Amino acid sequence: MKALEIHDLKKTYTNGLEALKGISLSVEEGEFVALLGPNGAGKSTTISILCSLVQKTAGKVSICGYDIDTDFPLAKQQLGIVPQEFNFNSFEKVEDILVTQAGYYGVPAGIARKRAEQYMEQLGLLDKRNTVARMLSGGMKRRLMIARALVHEPRILVLDEPTAGVDIELRRSMWQFLKDKNAQGTTIILTTHYLEEAEALCKRVAIIDKGNLVADMNTRDLLKRLQIETFVLDLATPLPADFSLPGYEAQAIDSTTLEVTLDKQKQQTANELFADLSAKNIVVQSLRNKANRLEELFVRILAGKEESTL
Amino acid sequence: MTPAQQYIAFQTIVVREIRRFTRIWVQTLVPPVITMTLYFVIFGKLIGSRIGDMGGYGYMEFVVPGLIMMSVITNSYSNVVSSFYGAKFANNIEELLVSPTPNWIILAGFIIGGVARGLMVGLLVTLVSLFFTDLQIYSIPITALVVFLTAVLFSIGGLINAIYANSFDDISIVPTFILTPLTYLGGVFYSISLLPPFWATVSQANPVLYMVNTFRYGVLGHSDIDVGYAIAMIVLGVIAGGAFALYQLTYSPRLRN
Repeated sequence: MKALEIHDLKKTYTNGLEALKGISLSVEEGEFVALLGPNGAGKSTTISILCSLVQKTAGKVSICGYDIDTDFPLAKQQLGIVPQEFNFNSFEKVEDILVTQAGYYGVPAGIARKRAEQYMEQLGLLDKRNTVARMLSGGMKRRLMIARALVHEPRILVLDEPTAGVDIELRRSMWQFLKDKNAQGTTIILTTHYLEEAEALCKRVAIIDKGNLVADMNTRDLLKRLQIETFVLDLATPLPADFSLPGYEAQAIDSTTLEVTLDKQKQQTANELFADLSAKNIVVQSLRNKANRLEELFVRILAGKEESTL
Repeated sequence: MTPAQQYIAFQTIVVREIRRFTRIWVQTLVPPVITMTLYFVIFGKLIGSRIGDMGGYGYMEFVVPGLIMMSVITNSYSNVVSSFYGAKFANNIEELLVSPTPNWIILAGFIIGGVARGLMVGLLVTLVSLFFTDLQIYSIPITALVVFLTAVLFSIGGLINAIYANSFDDISIVPTFILTPLTYLGGVFYSISLLPPFWATVSQANPVLYMVNTFRYGVLGHSDIDVGYAIAMIVLGVIAGGAFALYQLTYSPRLRN
């Protein structure tokens, strides 16, 4: 079953800004999809249309089979939203925020309290249940937003940059929580600027740019399309003064650090590179990608250097 | 949503609203009681004793129903305007807007929240008034009906103001420049029979006059205007205001782009 079906979605704001120019996207139930794009690409507009904060200009949207034009209350019932900005009442206690939100979805108070407790426990908020929300740390506020979006047990969870400003340890624990939630059957749609996050979590990536969908495919297949990849090599010994590496795009960052770009179109491989370096008696101690591979691909697609996948 | 789920959503909004104004009771419940006590002491006791009868009643007896109604009006209005605008300002109104709760339930929830504060303050002011006068209720049904309808009407007014407001200044403009003059000129402190015929006629365009006088009729059995007509006007105001507020909740670009 389709969790989300968007067809030719358009949005033009009253000031004339054409935020969405006809996006079509289909998400199967149980998928974990990344929705990527630069600032102002149309990601947040798309999410806001799903949850009724923005009214579409044209197009069709259905959520778990419910059309938002004809069955919006039922469509909304299937959806949990984690917005980018904190938008809870910061004067309310953590538990009250969760129970109140469940109430807006018609969940009886007894069940709402049990669910609130369950999510507070899973997200490490249980000891803060009676704390006023404004007293929470930034990371706790982010987790509270996730708990709030889940307390009515939606089938689709939409997260708009859920880990912005969160430290690495907490980010990884949130990733694990989202992976577990997805494994339990919740469809997850994630927008993020951390492309490492999208690569680690999402089996599928859709990229929006200037109101158009410019890529939509399996993350692994998408990464295979990356035609160039830049590696940073840490060398065991300093480079000779007359060092050169013909056939490669190479640049010495300092005497023991070399940056090399491999181009798949020129049939260049890491094996050949190492062979060429060994022939020059250069020993590579370690290597790493200069940028996250998805990030590199993302930048190239937006710059028009990589073909659209549509 | 099923009717049972809609009821839960409605109950949730009402409970949250009551929790909000009782949590900050020092700001919401105490000031109107102190203000009204001062009115009782100064206008009712000190100055009132020199005024003599008003509309056939002692001045304290006359002024008490008006002051109770004044506190109901201002508190039901200010509860909804500050709660809804505060939620809009902090974006937590989105919690409600993204939920499947129908707009008419949101409207009803905020109205009942405003009514609850208006009635609670009205009750406290009534209890304080018992220290100054013996309050006899002439007609409990009329008193209850008019105080409820008035609280509903001004809660709706507060909601409309909050939807249109773009800043905290905007939510104080209406109470300061419209609500307070209408209340003071609405027969709280005097009978319109004291006014010259021209100003008595002008006063009849003031909606607060109908509410204060109908409430006074419920308490004392005396009114400057026809009670049936006044109740019909208040009901009409509730229907028209409620329909407009519902339209704004559904379509206003100030809430949804």
